[in-house]
Amino acid sequence: MVPTNYYLLLSAILFGLGIVAFVFKRNIITIFMGIELMLNAVNLAFVAFSQALGKPDGEVFVLFVIIVAAAEAAVGLGIIILTARNRRSLNVENVNLLKL
Amino acid sequence: MPTLLILNHLWIIPLLPLLGSAINGLLGWKWPNRIVHSVALGATGLSFACALEAVREFFASGQQFFRKEFFDWIVAGTFRAGFDLQFDQLTVVMVLVVTGVGFVIHIYSTGYMAHEEGYWRFFSYLNLFMFFMLILVLAANYSLLFVGWEGVGLCSYLLIGFYYLKKSATDAGKKAFIVNRIGDFGFMLGMFLLYRTFHSLDFQTLFDAASKPGVAIEPLGQFGTITIACLLLFMGATGKSAQLPLYVWLPDAMEGPTPVSALIHAATMVTAGVYVVARSHVLYMHTPTAMYVVAIVGCATAFFAATIGVVKSDIKKVLAYSTVSQLGYMFLACGVGAFGAGIFHLMTHAFFKALLFLSAGSVIHSMGGEQDMWKMGGLYSKIKITFWCMMIATIAIAGFFPFAAFFSKDAILFAAFNSEHGGKALYAVGLLAAVLTSFYMFRLIWLTFFGKNRYDEHHVHVHESPLNMTIPLMILAFLSLTGGWFALPALFGGKDYFSEFVAPVLGSGEIAGLENAHSLELTLSGVAMVAAALGLIVAWRMYAKDVRQGKSEGLHKILYNKYYVDELYQAAVVGPLVWISQNVLWKVVDVGVIDGAVNGIASGTTAAGDTARHQQSGNTRSYAVWVLVGVVVVFAIIFWPVLHPALFGGVR
Repeated sequence: MVPTNYYLLLSAILFGLGIVAFVFKRNIITIFMGIELMLNAVNLAFVAFSQALGKPDGEVFVLFVIIVAAAEAAVGLGIIILTARNRRSLNVENVNLLKL
Repeated sequence: MPTLLILNHLWIIPLLPLLGSAINGLLGWKWPNRIVHSVALGATGLSFACALEAVREFFASGQQFFRKEFFDWIVAGTFRAGFDLQFDQLTVVMVLVVTGVGFVIHIYSTGYMAHEEGYWRFFSYLNLFMFFMLILVLAANYSLLFVGWEGVGLCSYLLIGFYYLKKSATDAGKKAFIVNRIGDFGFMLGMFLLYRTFHSLDFQTLFDAASKPGVAIEPLGQFGTITIACLLLFMGATGKSAQLPLYVWLPDAMEGPTPVSALIHAATMVTAGVYVVARSHVLYMHTPTAMYVVAIVGCATAFFAATIGVVKSDIKKVLAYSTVSQLGYMFLACGVGAFGAGIFHLMTHAFFKALLFLSAGSVIHSMGGEQDMWKMGGLYSKIKITFWCMMIATIAIAGFFPFAAFFSKDAILFAAFNSEHGGKALYAVGLLAAVLTSFYMFRLIWLTFFGKNRYDEHHVHVHESPLNMTIPLMILAFLSLTGGWFALPALFGGKDYFSEFVAPVLGSGEIAGLENAHSLELTLSGVAMVAAALGLIVAWRMYAKDVRQGKSEGLHKILYNKYYVDELYQAAVVGPLVWISQNVLWKVVDVGVIDGAVNGIASGTTAAGDTARHQQSGNTRSYAVWVLVGVVVVFAIIFWPVLHPALFGGVR
């Protein structure tokens, strides 16, 4: 059996990649993908712990996270479409209406 | 035992004017003049009547000293300052002068102020002044006396600045107040020192303690506790009674309405200093040094002020310097131990100087506000009543027999002549001042009433004042004539009733072991008469002819500019003070330190906010970085116990 540590390490790497994508990329869709990646990294960690502890709690959590992520994807993609229409750009630097 | 109706309720005497003041002050503004002065005159008149009744009861009961504690004012530990009033022979004189002359001047004011704005305000202040002055003379301890002392100062300030739209008047008011403050500072220190030494500020306790045989008399030239206390009290007196070097406020105080000059700055308030010295005579008797200082300051002031009075052209200014000079005489009397004579002169001076001011007011009134004597002249036939009243006052102040000041001034000069240290010099200067007094007063008479008229007859319609102004003049003229007659028998080898009257309080003032004192006194009286006549003749020679105002140069210029004392004070005291206030206190301390601190805090906050604001960039990803930083920090804190040995393992 694969040791739990490996899953956790993979989860951490995915999460880190998600952060990097979120912080450094300019394309909104890439950022959005970074967020999804982080969510799934967390899911992986939950499942790994669930298996290691022999309890179903983690798996239930993962179901919830997937549901929230689906809702978030719907709202987020809606925002992205509107932004793309209004600004004719997907560059996050151009989305700065609140900036002084 | 006769009932002591008023004496047992002595507070009624000062309370009545206070009530009058409060009523007029609160309600007077909507009343016509008639009601306002009815209230004011009623209050003062009733107060005068109560004073008379109190005096009657005082003598009827055969007491020498009456004292009653009405209520506690300040009690702290062993210290007690109570609302205690006392009544003795000295108080009798003072209370009658204050209420009597005050009442007469109130009557006069109804005529003089009739067309002025703020009629109610004037009478409210005047009544308030009467209240404080009566507190001052009735008080049985220094702390209550000080209440009156400060109160009359306040009223003086209010009344000098009565025409508050006039810059010079408000300036004069401030000057009076500030100069008096300097004196009051000394007075307070004196009180503290007395309390520290004798553990009481009550006159009776204090003077009893001071006159115990154990308390040594401090010889001349030695500055013991009592000497210093007396000198400090005298410092207060020089402020209030306009003596050198703090006299400068009194001539400026003439900016006030003339009845105020008569009541406050001639008859009553300015004599408060003399009263305090006389009241404290038990202390002063212990310290020849302080006595000597009092005598010299008084004598110097008498002469100094008289020389300035000689050249002044403003009728009220002449009288103001004359007042300073006459107050100097009173202090001279106190300084040579003749407290009775000082109080005697205080009383006669109250009559004739009030009369002089009121007559001058009547002249000014008839001239339509003109005060410059060089723009008067020839008024004699037009305002006869005023002229004759003023003439009587002038003869009285010059010291001709048998008018009031002849007796009182004589008593002073006689006492000065016989005093131990430098008596002859004091006498000589005093006599010289008497010559000058006679001179400047007759100069005033001639310039004002005789010669050609120097005013514009088309614009000035000279008219005699109404009855409510001339009757007070006549009353005071009568008193100026007869006020000195208490001492009349002394001239013929009899008793001086006045000094005998105040003797229980002030001591007899007899010069012991003096052979042929009576013939000496007669001689000195003769000399004084000659001196007065000399002043009269010189004034007549110089001013009886048609004169024009000459050019001012040389000595005349120095005198006319009051020896440049005001300029000296301006340069030595006021100037540096203003400079420090402006350049140090204002520009450095206020602007730099105080405003700097306040503005610094404000601009620091703004700068911090401005810096922080730029973190709110509106850039989503920068927020994400901050969130990340936050997460890292939170994790670091939570896992510190785990990380610490992991990172720095084995150090412990």
